[in-house]
This record gives sequence, structure tokens and C-alpha cells, in this order.
Amino acid sequence: MTVMDLSPRPVAAPLARMVAAQTSYELKAMLRNGEQLLLTLIIPVMLLTVFSLTSLLDLGEGARVDFLTPGVLALAVMSTAFTGQAIGTGFERRYGVLKRLGATPLPRSGLILAKTLTVVLVELLQAVVIIGVAFALGWNPSGHFAGAVLAVLLGTAAFSGFGLLMAGTLRAEATLAAANLVYLLLLVLGGVVFPLSKFPAAFAAVLELLPISALSGALRAVLADGVALPGAELAVLAVWAVAGLALAARFFRWE
Amino acid sequence: MAAPPALEITGLVKRYGRTTAVADLTFTAGRGEVTALLGPNGAGKTSTLEICEGYRDFDAGTVRVLGLDPRDRALRPRVGVMPQSGGVPGTAKAGEFLRLMASFHAHPLSPAALMERLGLTEHARTPYRRLSGGQQQRLSLAAAIVGRPELVFLDEPTAGLDPQARRATWDLVAELRAAGVSVLLTTHFMDEAEHLADRIVIVDGGRVVAQGAPAELTGAEHQLRFRARAGLGLDELLNALPDGSAAKESPTGHYLVEGEVGPELLATVTAWCAAHGVLAEDLRIERRSLEDVFLELTGRELRG
Repeated sequence: MTVMDLSPRPVAAPLARMVAAQTSYELKAMLRNGEQLLLTLIIPVMLLTVFSLTSLLDLGEGARVDFLTPGVLALAVMSTAFTGQAIGTGFERRYGVLKRLGATPLPRSGLILAKTLTVVLVELLQAVVIIGVAFALGWNPSGHFAGAVLAVLLGTAAFSGFGLLMAGTLRAEATLAAANLVYLLLLVLGGVVFPLSKFPAAFAAVLELLPISALSGALRAVLADGVALPGAELAVLAVWAVAGLALAARFFRWE
Repeated sequence: MAAPPALEITGLVKRYGRTTAVADLTFTAGRGEVTALLGPNGAGKTSTLEICEGYRDFDAGTVRVLGLDPRDRALRPRVGVMPQSGGVPGTAKAGEFLRLMASFHAHPLSPAALMERLGLTEHARTPYRRLSGGQQQRLSLAAAIVGRPELVFLDEPTAGLDPQARRATWDLVAELRAAGVSVLLTTHFMDEAEHLADRIVIVDGGRVVAQGAPAELTGAEHQLRFRARAGLGLDELLNALPDGSAAKESPTGHYLVEGEVGPELLATVTAWCAAHGVLAEDLRIERRSLEDVFLELTGRELRG
């Protein structure tokens, strides 16, 4: 039998090490999860490829891939920051994982930081794959990437806020259903692959205020049309981000 | 100045809506001691533990954990927590989860050694949800102590364990105690409390109904038991017994005599038996068990 020195020596690890460990754990968990990969990589790449190579959708003037890539990038951000995070965190809450982590030296702020880092790292991976596929399909982007990065960051904040709000208030099963439903609705109504111009003008004006439309619109304005800073879309995203994070901070229940 | 006790609870009250889970609870758990919180379901054990762990607010009273407010973040590395169930993601592999928990501490135990010690090595790559209930319990215990805490809270640590795993857990608790770690555990099992605890706190209805070392609780008192035909009149026996003795039939056909059980009392009982033509079967004199004390204090009706 192994002899262990059980005598107390209670010292917390440095915060950076705790956050790094938690991030690496969350990243592994996310990449191991099959449904999660379907959502974050397979569906976006499939939509990009199928609608670029076929004329199933009327995407207006210009190369199809130039229209589709920004929308698919926006979808990828939503799938990770909103859908994936809502479902993952919802079940962690349900199974008492958040409660248990609360009893460890990892502070809540450290946990939130680890979750944010995980989302950003997964988004980077998604961007690399989607942009690689897009180039292979003949994508020809224009504009400043800085504007696109800003849009992605604001979009990530907005989607994370609402994802966590859902995870921290609803039952896990309800979160699972609702997060998938919202994903599907926003995929169809948010200018991801179907241009908003195909909807009646009054309806389209309302749809433009959705966070997914603002994100896909901003990315399209930068990457397809060469706009430096798409002010209106960024403003819409900023409002969603502030609202989402404030509501999550106010109503999130850890158990 | 002496170190403050591991745990000091005074007049604790916790209500959930109209239900009072903890009503005026007071007890102290000493440093380096194993304290067992023993009580029926719904006695307020888990509520009390969760308040000590900083999870729950309470309505009145004071709680000091290692001399600090239970919500003080400074306690997190110093206190290990084993919840009653769950708390581990279903997809997490056992070894991976324990290494994650270890990484939150500067001087953790070796996760591999701890896994081996608890018989989990061959399940290191098994996802939590595929572990048996007993394996999940042991992983949870490992996670509670991997950071080398000063105080551990174990909520029903041996629930659902087979006898071997239960023994292994007992040994580990005894080792923690020997290493100077304070332990507060809840349990339904009398033998567990009797075997492990320096001090037993019996709670019922959110109150402490008795506390003390196991030997103090069971007392030096002996009791005499025998079996005989049902429905014997005991009045004459009671008259013959010294004052302060008690005799009753419970359950039917089983007789119990309590009091100053000594050679004379034994002679009195057997003389009465002889006078009434009673053959006392299974006649024995024994110390009160903790279970007797517990049932006496908390009653025999089933709890929800």
C-alpha cells in the first residue's frame, strides 16, 4: 500500500496556473464532445461548401463564397459562444460541477476567465478551418481584419452573455432545447446563408437588430465590401453585449 | 494563542420557506479530531454541512470554520469538500478530473498515488458517468483531500460502498486524523460513527439531541435481555428490582431490563423467572449500543 503524507499543506496554486488548468480541461472536454463538434465545425463547413458549390440559394451578385464566408464565420461564433456554452454550462450547473468548483481555490472570476479563453481558442480553431476551406473555394476577402476581429469580440461577448443567462436560469434540459432552437432560428433568420434582402423590407429591418444579423452584417461589410468600421452593426452588437452580460451577472444561479 | 476549533457553530438556524431545516444547532468540532454528525434523514445534516462549506446563507446564529467566516475565500485551499453526490462532469475521465483538482493547489498529493490507494488506477481513463457508484464516491473523496487540506467535510462518504471500499475509506479517514487533519462527516451508520469518530453529534429535527465521545454516549450502563413467552406480567419483577430500574417487553417475546445491571439484579431476574416457570432464552448482559441510544433519542418512526 502506498504511504502518503496526508499532513496539511494547504496553499492555493497561482491564479494563472489554475486558469490554465481549467482552460485546458474545458478545451479538451469541448473538443471531445461529438455534438459540440457537429455544431462548431461540421455544420458551418458543410453550409459553406454546399452553398458555395451549388446554386441552391440565390445569393445575389458576386461570388457565392464571398457572401457565405462572413455569414458562416458569424454562425461559428454563435455556435461556440452561445449554443455550446449554454448547453455545457447548463449541464455543469445541473450536475453540481459549478458548485463543486466553488469549493476549490479557483475563484468564480477565474472560472469565467477560463470559459472565455476556451471559447476564444475554439473560435480561433474554427476560423482557421473555415477560412482555409473558404480560400480553397476561391474566397477573395477585402478590408481590414481589425474591424472583423472587433466584430467577433463584441459578438462573442453578446452571445456568451445570453448563453450564460440561459444556462444559469433554466433547467438543463430546457437550456438544451432552447439553445438549439435559437441556433436554428437565428441560422435561418440572421442573414447567415439566406440574405436578409429576401425577406419583406419591414421584417428585414427588425431582423437586422438580431445579434447574429449584426455580426454577419458587420463581417460581410468588412470582408466582402471593404468597409473599415461598420458602425451601425457594431453598435447593435455592443448593446446586445452589455445587455447579455449584465443580465447574466444579475440572474445567473450557480446551483 | 491556541488555534481556533475546526468548527464552531452556535445557535444556527436555517429555514427554507416555511420549513425549518436547522433549528438552534450548537456544537464544536475540535482540531485534529473526527467528528461525526449522525441523524435520520431530514435531520439537517447536509444543510449544516453546506452552510459550513460556504454554499448557503443561514437565518441566525454564528458559524466559524477554522476561526473564519465560512464564506471567506481564504478557506478554500484549507478545506476539502466531498458532496453527497455528483459535482463531476459525466464525460470527465477519473484521472483527468483528479489532476484538475490537484492543479488548483500548490502542494497537492500525487493524483496517481491517491488513485492507486483508492483502487481507481485501472479506471483512470474511464469517464465519470461510467464508474460504479462506489468508484464515483471514492473519486469524490480523493478530490476532497488531494489539496492536503486542514479540514475535510465528507457528506455520507461511505453511502453505497461495498464492505471492502467502506473499509478502505475508514482507513483513509483514520490516516487523515493521524496526520492531523480535522474531519467532519455525516453518516447514517452507527458502526461508522462509533468506529471513526472522536466525537459524535446526534442531530434530529435540526437540533443536537446528544453529543459526546462514543463511550460517553453509550455510557457505562448495561442492559439485560432475554426471550420468553409473550405477555408476562412484569409488575412483580419491577417490585423486586431496585429503584431506578426498568423492565419492558419490546418487541413481543423480547424482554429488556435496564438499570444497575449487576450480579444481584441478575439473581433477582432469574429468581423471578424460576418462580414463574419462565425459561429465559438468549439471556445476556450487554452494553447499550449506539443504535439503542440513537433510536431512543430519535424515535423509531420512519422518516421521509
